[in-house]
Amino acid sequence: MRSKKTMWIAWIVLSASLTSYYAYGLAGKDKSAYLPGQTTAGHYQIELSCDVCHSDPFGGKEVLQKACVECHGVELKQVNDSHPKAKFTDPRNADRIAVLDARYCVTCHVEHVQDRTRAMGVTLPDDFCVYCHRGIAKDRPSHKALAFDTCAAAGCHNYHDNKALYEEFLVKHGEGAKLTLKPVMLARNFAGQYRQLNRIDQPLTLQDAKYPATLNIGKTILAEWEQTAHARSAVNCVDCHAQKSADNKAGIWQDKPALSACQQCHELESETYQSGKHGMRLAQNLPPMQTSLARQVMKKALQDRRQDCMACHGSHAFDTRKAAVEACLGCHDDEHSKAYKASPHYQVWQQSVTGQSASNAGVSCSSCHLPRITVKQQGQKRTLVQHNQNHNLRPNEKMIRDVCLACHGLGFAIDSLTDPELIANNFNGLPREKIPSIAMAIKREKDQPASKRKRSGQEAGEEPERND
Amino acid sequence: MRSTFFQYPKILAGILLAGGLALVISACSSSTASTGISPQMMADSLHAVMAADRTVYTKKVVNRLVKEDKVIKASEQWEDEKALPLPAQMFRFGAEMVAEQGAPFSYSLLSLWPINKQNSPKTDAEKEGLQFLVDNPGQNFYKEEKLGGVKYFTAVYPDPAVAPACVECHNDHKDTPKSDFKIGDVMGGVVIRIPLQG
Repeated sequence: MRSKKTMWIAWIVLSASLTSYYAYGLAGKDKSAYLPGQTTAGHYQIELSCDVCHSDPFGGKEVLQKACVECHGVELKQVNDSHPKAKFTDPRNADRIAVLDARYCVTCHVEHVQDRTRAMGVTLPDDFCVYCHRGIAKDRPSHKALAFDTCAAAGCHNYHDNKALYEEFLVKHGEGAKLTLKPVMLARNFAGQYRQLNRIDQPLTLQDAKYPATLNIGKTILAEWEQTAHARSAVNCVDCHAQKSADNKAGIWQDKPALSACQQCHELESETYQSGKHGMRLAQNLPPMQTSLARQVMKKALQDRRQDCMACHGSHAFDTRKAAVEACLGCHDDEHSKAYKASPHYQVWQQSVTGQSASNAGVSCSSCHLPRITVKQQGQKRTLVQHNQNHNLRPNEKMIRDVCLACHGLGFAIDSLTDPELIANNFNGLPREKIPSIAMAIKREKDQPASKRKRSGQEAGEEPERND
Repeated sequence: MRSTFFQYPKILAGILLAGGLALVISACSSSTASTGISPQMMADSLHAVMAADRTVYTKKVVNRLVKEDKVIKASEQWEDEKALPLPAQMFRFGAEMVAEQGAPFSYSLLSLWPINKQNSPKTDAEKEGLQFLVDNPGQNFYKEEKLGGVKYFTAVYPDPAVAPACVECHNDHKDTPKSDFKIGDVMGGVVIRIPLQG
């Protein structure tokens, strides 16, 4: 009788403890007990902000879809998504969505299922293309003998982004040379545009530096600032350290300005930074990313570092060359990163840094992972550094247009990006395999009758006349 | 002597009242019918707008600037080529935007001789409808069909070649299954689907 009573008490105590534990988890900040499985590489940094994706517990797929589109929708629009949702809401595709419901991202990208998550966060078996395209050999006899898992895995197609892989693009660029004679890197133009817009023609000097008289600012700091585009663009100490913002309404001097100080002028950089793995936690109002939280291989001896603008750019000197290489290698310690300094890319970087070649001829970590891109802002085209370092890695063929083609032919770029060994050794060598997509596209072009070939690429038939 | 008919005013009043009510009800129901829009009327109206816009873009933008004034190209890769989107793309972009907005109806441009094989007829109604357009020039095709458990009113309208740009592009395209289109030929069909309740 007594033992039964003890058992009841134990049961009540255990149940109450367990309930309290989970209730505390639900109400508190640490919801890790509720994670159903390991989160993907893309989302693990924000996995404890459950409501970013699960904004309504009873909303089902639509709620998740809304969350996917909120973060990834713009990107998909930009790349002319080859399989947009709108294609599959058409009732004529009802039979297709019964097999593979492509209206929802989670059909292919299930979260928290590590054991079946593969590259790009895809959780379907490799034959997902076959569901709809099993008859492709009829239209493209060249595809007859190709294995079912090679569509997206062999450098030929992607489900979403085919901007550098579509047939006409392959034909237009052809194989190309291994190395182009005149590498082209976009030139910076933001500071110039800023000065023009704000009519600034005189740089600030040490004497112009504005800061509270009570502060003892070191000469090194001031000298560093004087050498920057900030001083040349009349951006004074107080403009960053005492800027009025939602966090600092009175405009009181702050020794360490917040991200909002940088955002005053670098809004687009900040936006892209918060879309990538360096800044995505900030976008969800979480504390900044730090090296100890990273799943990437980081330097073991490293003291835990928090990510913010200064982590890479440093304060006051804002040396972009340092930010482009040393900042990355200061933390990242994976095979690819460690191999960089032995790579041909680093050789040309050194030549550029030491003045042996043009200043825009070098290839740094940033040249590929945080490339300069052209965007439209306030009616002007400006060069922007894409601060989402993951933007062109999902999948890596996204790197071709904005990065690789600046120096390499299309064929060499496709072959290289498909070679895992070459990626690991930081492109120190030549690709081992020739991807046949360009040759296939060119052959198809050549095989068509001469009458059609003449009009190829013109669509409506004739070369437009020029008025010049 | 008065007729028996007038000896029963209450009965008469009752009959008149019932008759009046019947007339009112009948008038109401017919007025509801006259203001309601049948699926066919809706599809026809939607198609009138689509066909007009499509013709205007093809003739007054693409054909004029590409074939007549020769100042710009039209290309499937219009962004990369800094060219005009093809009329078929223009139509599809509109259809996709309508779908994104969650409109209940859907539409597409299909053909028995499609350049993009995804635009071949798939459902029985599409196959029957596109063939009907070929066999019955000038006529539209209407049918009800069930897709994904939902019943639709499906209308198929002929899509003729309205300008030289249409036939030249289709005849010369490397993926075209037919190279002898002439102006005025039906090159495909606009398919409009409206979900039916019940």
